[in-house]
Amino acid sequence: MSDSLNQLKALAAPAELRRAPVVENNQGLGWLTDKLSAFAEGKTPLWWWILFIPAAFAATVIFPTCLFYQVFTGVGVWGNNHPVMWGLDIVNFIWWVGVAHAGTLISALLFLTRQHWRTTIGRMAEAMTVFSVMMAGLYPAIHVGRAWFDWFMFPVPNSNGLWPQFRSPLMWDVFAVNTYLTVSTLFFFMGMIPDFAVLRDRSTTRVRKGIFTFLAMGWTGSARQWHHYEKAYLVLCGLCTLLVFTVSSIVGLDFCTAQIAGWHATIFPLYFVIGAVFCGFGMVLVILIPLRKWCGLEQIITMSHIDKVAKLALVSGLIIDYIYLMEFFIAWYSGDQYERWVFGHRLFGHTYMVLGWMLIGINVGVTQLLWFKKVRSNLLWLFIIGVLINIGMWCERFVIVVGSLYQEFLPSNWGKYMPTMWDIGLYIGTLGAFFMLYLLFVKFLPMIAISEVKGVMPEADPHHRLGGAQKEDGHE
Amino acid sequence: MSDKIYGLMAEFNTPGDVLRAAKKVRAAGYHRWDVFSPFPIHGIDKVMGLKNSLVGWVSLAMGGGAFVSGFVLLWFSNAFDYPLIVGGKPMFSVPMTFVPSYILMVMGGAIGALVGMLALNQFPRLHHPLLNKARFELVSRDKFVIVIGSTDPGFSLTETRKLLESAGGQNVDIVEDKD
Repeated sequence: MSDSLNQLKALAAPAELRRAPVVENNQGLGWLTDKLSAFAEGKTPLWWWILFIPAAFAATVIFPTCLFYQVFTGVGVWGNNHPVMWGLDIVNFIWWVGVAHAGTLISALLFLTRQHWRTTIGRMAEAMTVFSVMMAGLYPAIHVGRAWFDWFMFPVPNSNGLWPQFRSPLMWDVFAVNTYLTVSTLFFFMGMIPDFAVLRDRSTTRVRKGIFTFLAMGWTGSARQWHHYEKAYLVLCGLCTLLVFTVSSIVGLDFCTAQIAGWHATIFPLYFVIGAVFCGFGMVLVILIPLRKWCGLEQIITMSHIDKVAKLALVSGLIIDYIYLMEFFIAWYSGDQYERWVFGHRLFGHTYMVLGWMLIGINVGVTQLLWFKKVRSNLLWLFIIGVLINIGMWCERFVIVVGSLYQEFLPSNWGKYMPTMWDIGLYIGTLGAFFMLYLLFVKFLPMIAISEVKGVMPEADPHHRLGGAQKEDGHE
Repeated sequence: MSDKIYGLMAEFNTPGDVLRAAKKVRAAGYHRWDVFSPFPIHGIDKVMGLKNSLVGWVSLAMGGGAFVSGFVLLWFSNAFDYPLIVGGKPMFSVPMTFVPSYILMVMGGAIGALVGMLALNQFPRLHHPLLNKARFELVSRDKFVIVIGSTDPGFSLTETRKLLESAGGQNVDIVEDKD
């Protein structure tokens, strides 16, 4: 026995080549179950209330006030006016869609590539996706001006005998965003069914038991159920991965099919996908770093996982930097004076140059800090970088949307855009709604995929010694 | 003991144990039995002889159906019912239908996957005889359970119990059906 153990040890890879464990200080499946469901079952801590009350205020007071005032009065309450017809509403729309994308990438694409560490942060990333797509979907719906005519965008037989015009990417957007919301919600819900069963079986009160019995829908964890469930999960992951690459591409097509200088470029679909993912990884860092500490999940969401998220942020940031380079190069190389004018004014125009330089400073400059292991292992730095990435990507969308519109082809047609308090209020309202929903999710639902984390532990592997493998199975 | 008997359950501590026990149950010729675990066990499908899940086909059918209906919808609405000239392009062409149909395919496929999973598992159900057993609640925690149903032709309280105990099952117990 000890001989073969020593032989195995000799064969094992050296420490620096070994994968970091998914869960540190793992003390078995029961311990994991307690640990992962503790927050949803425990007493609500003070920090939760301190965050929840302002978020709920923004979501239930500021948000509806700005929303209804705009809907009842008209788009004129925003700063949008000729020639800048797309203002903060579209900027924020793209920003929120972007935040959503990293969530889907983590939960779906990393599942397909069999990254075990994703199990610990996948659920939190999915929740981020679902809530931010909700916020994103709102903007175009009210940006049309008369929100009560939104149904014109759906192919509904009507007394006018009219149909939507399907050659427009704006129309595709309607389908894409609605599909994204539906599919990511289905995926989010289906992933939680086994964990609802965990909370059902652990519940101590009748009300809790009733709610989770209803949500778990009769899950018993039988091999036949897992068999169908795993297949459905795999299919949904594949479809979600398609959406990561589709939704933002279609948003990009909204821009690149227009003739405006600065928008009319074939790089846009890719540009928007990568920008979305980059921005989303920033948001993942912002959400994960405080929550892992406050919810006592340092052993589950380990430094190694944070390090991997930071590396992914770096990779997507580098691709974004390359695209910036190409954009400026193509503007110069095209020889087109309008293109050159627009790109020159992104950095040296007097109106929005601050945003242009913030974009470069953060997305090109600050991102490079992630090369250093020292930065990637410092949570405060990572948190600040995460916030900055979100700001940088917001500036990027502003520069793209407004920066190309305010100085069009005719100088007599130039104008300026300044957001009004209603623009800003609505943005604060959506931020509040997002964080309110997120905090409710963290408090009441299984915020870590309990069964998935247990499934990648060595105790869960029937061919591992800890999983009960014996010599006669042909395994040690 | 006026209740009907649903089956016999036996507990195991590790996935390895339950996998070996499942092999023995299968070899004994049972058909109506199942293994319950907190997570999918690698290799259990083969041991139990489960065939490829139909969920993929449900998803494919609904995704494909959605793709085709998107295609037909675009033709019907923009080329047939109310022909619309946009930018001097033909009334109908295949490339213009691709993106909306593709998006609808993703939507249909996703709904198909969820609906297929729920239907094949006969969800939603709010009650299950096993959920009345206090020990069964540990399945969502760290225990592994084999249940052999009383409707199985080979089921007998004494013989089945013997088999489960010899396969290493602990706390072998009768599950009542209270409906």
